[in-house]
Order: sequence, then structure tokens, then C-alpha cells
Amino acid sequence: MTDIPNAKPDLGEVVLAARNVAKSYGQIHALKGVNFDIHRGQVTTLFGENGAGKSTLMKILSGVIQPTAGQIILDGAAVAFDNSTDARNRGISIIHQELSLAPNLSVRDNIFMGREIMGPGGVDFAEEERQTRKLMEGLEEDIDPLTPVEELRLGQQQIVEIARALSVDSRILIMDEPTSALSATEVEVLFKVIRDLKSKGVSIVYISHHLEEALQITDHAVVLRDGTMTAYAPRAEIDLEWIVRNMVGENYDLGSPPGGYGFGNVALSLRDVTVPDPKGADFNVVDRFSLDVRAGEVVCIYGLMGAGRTELLETVAGRLRASTGEVVLEGLEISHLTIAERIARGLALVPEDRQRDGLVQTMSVGQNLSLASIAAFTKGLFTQKKAEQALIEDSIRKVTVKTSGGGAAIGSLSGGNQQKVVIGKMLATNPRVIMLDEPSRGIDIGAKAEVFKLLAERAKQGLAVIYSTSEVGECLSIAHRIIVMHKGRISAEFDSTVSKEKIMAASGESVAA
Amino acid sequence: MSDTTISRAATPKASFSLGRLLLEGRAFFALIAIIAVFSFLSPNYLTVGNFLIMASHVAIYGILAIGMLLVILNGGIDLSVGSILALSGVMAGAMMQGIELQALGIILYPPVWAVVVLTCVLGALVGAVNGVLIAWFKVPAFVATLGVMYVARGVALLLTNGLTYNNLSGSADLGNTGFDWLGFNRLGGVPISVLVLAGIAVLAGLMLSRSAFGRWLYASGGNERAADLSGVPVRRVKITVYTLSGMLSAVAGLVLSSQLTSAGPTAGTTYELTAIAAVVIGGAALTGGRGTVRGTMLGAFVIGFLSDGLVIIGVSSYWQTVFTGAVIVLAVLMNSIQYGSRARKG
Repeated sequence: MTDIPNAKPDLGEVVLAARNVAKSYGQIHALKGVNFDIHRGQVTTLFGENGAGKSTLMKILSGVIQPTAGQIILDGAAVAFDNSTDARNRGISIIHQELSLAPNLSVRDNIFMGREIMGPGGVDFAEEERQTRKLMEGLEEDIDPLTPVEELRLGQQQIVEIARALSVDSRILIMDEPTSALSATEVEVLFKVIRDLKSKGVSIVYISHHLEEALQITDHAVVLRDGTMTAYAPRAEIDLEWIVRNMVGENYDLGSPPGGYGFGNVALSLRDVTVPDPKGADFNVVDRFSLDVRAGEVVCIYGLMGAGRTELLETVAGRLRASTGEVVLEGLEISHLTIAERIARGLALVPEDRQRDGLVQTMSVGQNLSLASIAAFTKGLFTQKKAEQALIEDSIRKVTVKTSGGGAAIGSLSGGNQQKVVIGKMLATNPRVIMLDEPSRGIDIGAKAEVFKLLAERAKQGLAVIYSTSEVGECLSIAHRIIVMHKGRISAEFDSTVSKEKIMAASGESVAA
Repeated sequence: MSDTTISRAATPKASFSLGRLLLEGRAFFALIAIIAVFSFLSPNYLTVGNFLIMASHVAIYGILAIGMLLVILNGGIDLSVGSILALSGVMAGAMMQGIELQALGIILYPPVWAVVVLTCVLGALVGAVNGVLIAWFKVPAFVATLGVMYVARGVALLLTNGLTYNNLSGSADLGNTGFDWLGFNRLGGVPISVLVLAGIAVLAGLMLSRSAFGRWLYASGGNERAADLSGVPVRRVKITVYTLSGMLSAVAGLVLSSQLTSAGPTAGTTYELTAIAAVVIGGAALTGGRGTVRGTMLGAFVIGFLSDGLVIIGVSSYWQTVFTGAVIVLAVLMNSIQYGSRARKG
């Protein structure tokens, strides 16, 4: 690698460095020799698409996995971490992308899990509680230390995860997508905490898909692509365009909404749909929501996490029941139909969490793709192999899944390709209306662009698309119409010429709790 | 035996190593090893006659294990199969002895075919109770079937007062002879019970690998939420597998009481555990979504041939228990190696 950073005098002392670090899993080279430095009291952000090797690198730095080649240099001396506890003992801790909390335990117990404070008579719960309270104060979060984690919303759970890492007093803190579930206000607080930590000399390694947000906080940028470091620069020398260019290797534009055609009749009509909280709490997650979507139209539903978007789409798809209201698909009221009947009538949902709701991990790529259209290749009692194979190959081609074939294990695909399988599965049912819930979550910008292209093509052919997202940029690149949802209701409606700021303001982002 | 290739299709191509082969075909190699060892130890083991006798013993477990496989593929468990087997046997016995209708002052002697049909319906009904409890009332499968296990066993004891119905051969005057046909007769030298097992296995294999229902079952066992959102009727699938498991338990109950020409309320105790063992040895994952009829059949034969072999060479039955346990643990260990390595690759 030629990109070994030039040491500049103002950079501060290097505390942790990677030298030619490589990691292979059999034939797959996740990292192909990476060099970079982490400076004392500064934030180093790793940028890169999914599968670029960011998480692998972080796991190596935090001792979760060991590199196949290369060295980790801590305070000028080469080290090898036996495991993550070893790394933690040397002052390196990590906030993982996936939450690793025990939902049944309280906030206090989660924060001190595995390193309980011992008093003379066993665990000193009072002291743990006091420290937890202090941590929560520091994060400006009103969470009682004794609340079970499962009763917190996702963003608060992420705060707990962050608090746990902070409680260790590490010198180097690795944050892997810490803000994915946080509101704008919470992100502000987190950034304040990060600045505070910096001033205390703590070095931060930051990973985020949210490029603009990361640019606000970072001091250095490292860009990874395909397991190789493509660029390294201090904040002053870079901008958004530089990062994206280095991430994807060319200028990438997500485009603008498909145009040059008229919309058809109303394909899906929601009338005053109200959905009670599925967990049984005494409020409505969707409150008298009404919306008409025409054939060929792409409607974006923008909102923060917890705005009720997922519940709305799951109700329309038939998983949740509305307490009142009508769902009308091409003139037919479908509220009483099962999920299967709705799919058969042309209504498809691509769920938010592809691992939990989208894919069957024990089945092959092909079987996942054909899962929602089994009836199409079943004659009498038996499925027809040839017809199924044709359907699978057709789907793989149409949604451009990169796979060795329909027989490949679903786990062998990258996140973006797995998402394409879920989309392909629902498109194979020949829907008239497709609803996508945060389809771009955790997929890289290249895959995102391909998904957008696919949706635009199908919309031109008359497919009605409802696209739910929490990224404003996506709304503007795909949607003809933007609905902003806040606390279960429509708080604003825009056409595609609106500015990002207006959308965000309507979502309650500035006043979010 | 027809079979599905779910797990095999998912295997990467360049893994044709000996270790891989041994791991994937472990139940098969275990069976070969068992046959080889016992043939060496006893001259009587490796004879057609002995094989057919052992196979007729395996039939009972095998039929239960196929039902259990369906349930386990769905991610559940059915602890009630042994009790349903006993209840079905007792009901069949009661019907063979005549049903007294006191109000009319007559005793009904249903023909054997009717006894068989009614018994299967009873088993299916009890299984359906399991299914409804689990699918609609969200009772965990372990608890629901544990409860039904006790209830069914209790009802069987109540019906007979703890006694056993002997002499189920019926009589020619009443037109209900032929109950022993299932357990004793042979077609072309093969015991009927073995043919019944083979027939059920072929049907189950076809259902799993070729029918839409089979695909639904694998999908809902692998990820119920994803299957649900893809339009798979997950509740119906669940109720169906428990119903089928109950019905197959009834079939096994008929075969057993026919083999013994008696039906007792304590028959089939702990058979559910043997059935689970056969499924697990056959490579199915208890978490659901993975497993084949072929594997389960091999598992049933491994258990049956092992315990019969130990009897033939005169090993104490206490040792049999120890050996069976060891085989089960070994099988689960291999499962976790196989699925564990795949998960890491993914």
C-alpha cells in the first residue's frame, strides 16, 4: 500500500496503528493489507461501502478476531490481542453495530455486565446505580438505571450500549455505526460527548454510513474499498464528494425520480387507518392515516424511527390489524384478507429487517427467491422443478443478484445482494403495489443505486411504489411525492422539488425527544 | 427413499474432502459400522431373517420419527407421541372387544378397517389439539405437548382401568378378524409393518421435497416471520404437522398392538424420546428448517439395529441405554460441527 500517511506535526501522537493488516476467510480476502494511524485525542472515521472491510478491521483492532497477516502497533510496540477482554484491558473498547444487550436485564446490570463492582457483601448495586445515573446524565438521557432494557426504544438502547463503552474509561473507543437508531438531538448529544472525550485525550474510531454526519465530527478520514485502503486525509482536505468518489471509485448519483410518463388509476388507497401499539401500550402507532397511491407513482414516506412507518406498512401487508380504517387495493377492500391473499392480489411488502423478516437462512438463494410465488410453479400436488428454476434465474437476472447460482447459501451473499433477494422475491409475485421499508439500510451506495434503478423501471411499467426511509436524500432521488410521518400521522406532504431542510423540519427532527 | 436436498444444495461445491463426506453421511456410515461390528460378533446378525425382524422393530420408532421430523422441521417438538400411541392402541383394543351401547342394549363390533380409520382419526384429533394450542394460543410446543402427553396417557389408563386388552384377533362370527395382519403378516416375505413404514417414508419424502407444503414447512421452520410475510400460511402449517404427527402416532399404535395382539395403556412410554433421537441422529436441526426423511430413517435404523444387536450379542439392557445415549450426544455434536461451520462461512 502506498498510502502510508505522512506524519504531520499537528496530528498528535499515534496511539494505535495498523501495518499491512490482512484477514482472509478461506478464499475470501476481507482485508488485503491496510495501514492507518489513530491519533491521540482525535476522531478517525472509516468510510467504505458494505463489504469494504470496515467491520473486519474494527474487529481486529478490538481483539474480536485476529489478523492473518500484519501488525497492530499500540503505543509504538507490536501487540497481539488474545480476545476482546484483552484489548479492553489495554484500553480499547468497541461499540458494536448490532446491539449486544440482554433485554431482560436492567440498564444498570447491562452496563456492568461481566465487570460487576464488588463490595464486601457481593455486588455493590448502589454504586453501580450511582455510576449509571452519572453516565446517563452525561448523555443527557432521562433513563432510570433500573428500567429493563426491553422497555426502552431502540435509540435509547443504543445510548445504553454507548454508555457501557464509556463506563470502561478506555483510551481508544471504537464506534461502529453508533447513530443508526438515534434522533437528531441524541446525535448532537453524542457528538458533544465525543468532543468531551477528545479533550480528555481519548481517541475515537468512528464508522458511519451517514457521511454528512460523520464529517461533522471527524478529524481524519480513512476510506476503504474491497479490503484495501484507497485514501487517507485529514478533515481539512476533504469533502463529501471526495469520500464518495474514493468509496465507490467513480462519481455516483442516485439520480432523480423517474419521469416522462403519466400515472394510472389509484392502486392503493388508505382511509383513516389507525393501528394500536402492537406491544399493548395505550396509544396508536398509526393515527388516522390516509393516502392514495397511483399506478406508476413512487411515494416516499419519510420519518424518524418510531414514527409508525413500519407498523403502517405491516398493517397494509396484513401482519398487523388496524383498529379502524380501510385498505383498498384497486377498488377492493382488503382489510379482512390474509397476507397470502393480499400477495395474490398484487400487494407486496419488502420488510425492514431482512435478517429477521426477509430471509430464511436455512434455505438457498433460489428457494428464498421463489418462496412467495410457490403457487406459480405448483401443478396439482407437486412443485415443478423446471418452472421454479426458470423463475429463479429470471429473478436473479432482473434484480442483478451477484451469486454463484440459485443453489448458493443465502449467507454467502453480501448485505446488498441479500436485500436484492428479498426485493426479487416480492417482485416475482408480479405485484401492482410494492412497499419497501427502509430497503437501503446497511447496503452500500452501489447496491442502493441499482435498487433505485430497478424501482424506477418497474414504476414506469405501472408499479405503484411506497418507499419508507429515514434518509432524506433517498426521498428526493426516488419519489414523486414525499409524505412526512410523525408520531403516526402525516405531518406534511411535498413534491420532489422540496428542500431537505423542509422535510426534516416537518418530521419533528429538530424537536425530537 | 425419496428425499429433499435442502441441505446439500446449500453446500459449497469445492468441499469434497473425506472429512466432509464422513460428516455429511454420518448416519449412513454409523449404520454400516453397526452392521459390520455386530455381523463380526454374531453369526446370526447378518441374515435376511434377522434383518426383517429388526426392521419390523424399527417400524414403530420409524413411523413416530417421521411425524417427529415434520414437527422438528417446523421448529417445534412433540412429546405426546408415545402417549397418543398408547391411547390409540387402547381405543383400537376397546373397539375390537366391542363397544357396548347400553341405552340400546347392543354391542357394536366395528370391522377392522373401521377400527383402523377411527383410530387414525383419533390420533389426528389429539395432534390437532396440540397444533391449535401451539399455533393459536401460543403455548410453547414443549409445554403444550407435555400437557397432552399426560392427558392422553391418563385417558388411556382411565379407559382400561390400568389393564391391558388381550386377544385382539377378533372372531369370524363378528366379522372383525384380521387385526393381527398389520403386525404379523408379510407381503413377499417382508413384514407389513416395514412396508407401512416404507410407504409413509416415501410419501413424507415426496411431500417435503416436491410439494408446496414441504416448502412452506422448511420456510416456516427456518424463519417463521419471513415465511409469514411471504404469504406462507404458517399457522396452518403448524397445525398440520402436529396433526400428522398425531396420526402417525396412531398408526404406530396400531402396528404395535397388532404385533403384540394386545393393547396396554402403558405402551410406548418414552418412545417420544427415541423418535426425537432418531430425528437428531439423522442430522435434523432442533431449531427447525433443516432435516430430511432419509436422514431420519437412517437415524431410526441406527437406534434399532444398535439396540437389537446388543441384545443378540447378549449385552445387558442397561448398557444399551448407555450406548444409545452416547450415540445421541455424538450425533448432536456432529450436527453442531456441521451447521456451526456453515454458519461461520456465511
